[in-house]
This record gives sequence, structure tokens and C-alpha cells, in this order.
Amino acid sequence: MKILIVDDEQDVETLFVQKFRKEIKSKALEIMFAFSGEDALRLLGAEDSPEVVYVFSDINMPGMTGLELLDKIKSKFSHIQVSMISAYGDRDTYEKALKSGAKGFFTKPVDFDSLKQEIAELLTNK
Amino acid sequence: MSTSELISKITDLEEQIERLTKQMRSDVSILKEERNRANEAENDLKVIQQQLLQQEKLASLGQLTAGIAHEIKNPLNFVNNFSELSMDFIQEIEEELDKLTDSPEKENILELLSDVKSNLHKIKHHGSRADSIVKSMLMHSRGGTGTMDSTNLNDLIREYVNLAFHGMRANKNPINVEIKLDLDENLPKINLNAEDFSRVILNLSKNAFDAMRDKIEAKGNTYKSVLAIQTQDLGDKVLIVVEDNGPGVPDEIKDKLLTPFFTTKKGTEGTGLGLSITHEIILTHAGTLEIESVMDHYTRFKITLPKPTN
Repeated sequence: MKILIVDDEQDVETLFVQKFRKEIKSKALEIMFAFSGEDALRLLGAEDSPEVVYVFSDINMPGMTGLELLDKIKSKFSHIQVSMISAYGDRDTYEKALKSGAKGFFTKPVDFDSLKQEIAELLTNK
Repeated sequence: MSTSELISKITDLEEQIERLTKQMRSDVSILKEERNRANEAENDLKVIQQQLLQQEKLASLGQLTAGIAHEIKNPLNFVNNFSELSMDFIQEIEEELDKLTDSPEKENILELLSDVKSNLHKIKHHGSRADSIVKSMLMHSRGGTGTMDSTNLNDLIREYVNLAFHGMRANKNPINVEIKLDLDENLPKINLNAEDFSRVILNLSKNAFDAMRDKIEAKGNTYKSVLAIQTQDLGDKVLIVVEDNGPGVPDEIKDKLLTPFFTTKKGTEGTGLGLSITHEIILTHAGTLEIESVMDHYTRFKITLPKPTN
């Protein structure tokens, strides 16, 4: 199963790769990274059959924000689930994200246990 | 003109002069009164201007603090996440090593790993410390969002002084302190944000305990530490006095006490935010904070809060 993480902080890649080391090693999970919303859309569009089933995106990024990316993904690739990850866990942002079709909302610092659980559910439902 | 006519005229004139003099005197006293009132108003205005300036400074500082705190949060999360992850990895490495046969090399590796693990613990520990400072900075900048409710100030003081005392006793280096409460039981209810204002009582009590601890360490058992808290009805406002008989505050430091990040506590003990938060909370309650101190005798924090107007 392939998921895509979108965050302008490049160290997020290392962090996720290490956090999900076992799942990646056993090939249960494949993680891709994009460092901007534009990058993410290019990645999703470039694949012949978009294999990515789940996108986790930061909200505050230079250029396209996570919420804009959410709208675009939902209209272009409606089968892909999207969850938001943000340091600003205020009610407005939360409601806006859910209204635009986000599946979940994670606040930073990311609670990796709940994130792992979310991904584990995907793996078992596959 | 006859003499009698002249005399009556003079008398008339005298009366007239007297009347005018009286009138003038009363005019002068009215003018004096008005001048005094104008002076007072001017002084009030100056005080308010200074308060506004101070509040403006604090507000801009608050915004800056919130910005900085958010910027620091992200890298700090990485520090904490990566150190935690690495500890997990070392745990795994140790489990793998257990499966290998013993050798001096293995022994050495295990030793080094245990050092690395303890270093990671330190990184995590200090990262968490920084995280809690960032959190209190964010709380600092939040400022006045809570609601004001009619509150029994004496009850709040009793509860939080008690909490501060037991918190201090449960932490390292507890001291013996006599707590003297002199609370005016006829105090009316005050409009307060109890959550915020409880921090004022906690912070001032904690500061007093810390100051008196220093004096105990310097003077030994002959000194008996006392924290005295008093409330008093001043008519249009109420007064809260928090006084300790600790080492006192030197004049040159007194002005800096309310400055954010100013601390006299050594090393890692203070963030320097306690008193500035305290001051800001009091300002959002339209109150005042005054500090009086005599070296080696006492430090006295005097807070006034306005009474509800109706």
C-alpha cells in the first residue's frame, strides 16, 4: 500500500521512514514524499494508475496550502483519502478541513501511535 | 452733600467692597479647586498613558512571543521525536545483540550503547523542558480570552496558596513555612477569570517560597520563614497583599522584575516568565501591581482589583 506525505520540512521524510521502518521493510507500506502541494499533485498525476491510496498533508506550507491541496485532490482523485497534519489545531481550520472532505485531522507534534493505528486500519481493510 | 449722606454713601461703598471681596474670595477658592481638579486629571492621564504604553509593549511582545514560540515548536518536535525514535532503535539493537554470543567486543558495544541511550534520555528531557517553556510562552501571549465571573476572592486565595504550599512540599528542597492568612471576610465578590488569576496566587506564592528558601540556606535555622497574605476592602477596589519575610529585592533589580525572561534564579530553575505573566494577568483584570521591599526584611506584592460597579 502506498501513502504520500506532504510537508515542506524535509526531515519529516526521515522521521516517517524511521517510524515505519518495520512496515516498510516488510513491504506492507510504501511511503512517498512531496515537499509542496504542487509537488504532490505532480506526483499523483504522473502515475499511470494512481496507486497512492492515502495522503497526509501539512497545512501551512509556502505556495499551495494543505487545504488547497485537499480540494484539488478531492476533485481530481476522489478515491484518495486525505488527512491533515497541522501545528495550528484551531477549530476553524479543523472544521474547514473536515468540510472539504478530509478523513482525519492530526495536530503537531504528531502522535505516531494514532497515526500508526490509522494506517494499520487501512492495511487491514485493504 | 450732607455729612450724614456722605457717611451713608461710605457705608454703602464699604458694604459693596465687602460683598465683592467675599465674592472674589469664593471665586478664587472655586478656581483653586478647579485647578486642583485639573491637576489631578492631568496626573491620572499621565498614569493612564504610562499604563497604556506598558500594555502596548506587552501586547506587541505577546505577538512576538507567540510567533517565536510557534517557530521553535517545529524544530523542537524533531528533536523530541528523533531522540525518542533513537531510544527505541537502541532498545531493538540491544535485543538483537542479546542473541549473539558474549565477547569483549559485545561487552564494549553494549556499554557504549548504554551511554548513547542515556545521552538520548538527556536530549529528550531537555527537549521536553524547552517544550514546556514554549507552551507557557504561548499561554503568556494568549492574553485575556477567558471570561470574567463573579468570584469569592478569599476562597480562591485559600485554595491556591494551599496548592502552592503542598506543591512546594512535594517537590525537591521543601521548606518549612508558616502561612498567615488575614482575609477580610466582608469582601464582596470580584469579577475574575479564576483560571488566570489562580496563576497569580500560585506564581507569587512560589516566588516567595523560592526566595525564603535562599534565605534559609544562607541563615540556617534561626530564621523562621513566613508567607503572609492579606485582603482588604478599599472602597472602590480591593487590595491583596502577598508578603514574605525573605531576603528582599535590591532596588536595582526591582524595576526589572516584571520584564519577561528576567530571572535571578540560577541555571535551569526559572524561565523568567512567572512575574511578567502575573503582571499581565493583573493588567487584564484592570488591576495594579506594586512591589515594596526592604533588603533582608520583606518583599511585598500589592495588588489592587476594581470592585464590580453595580
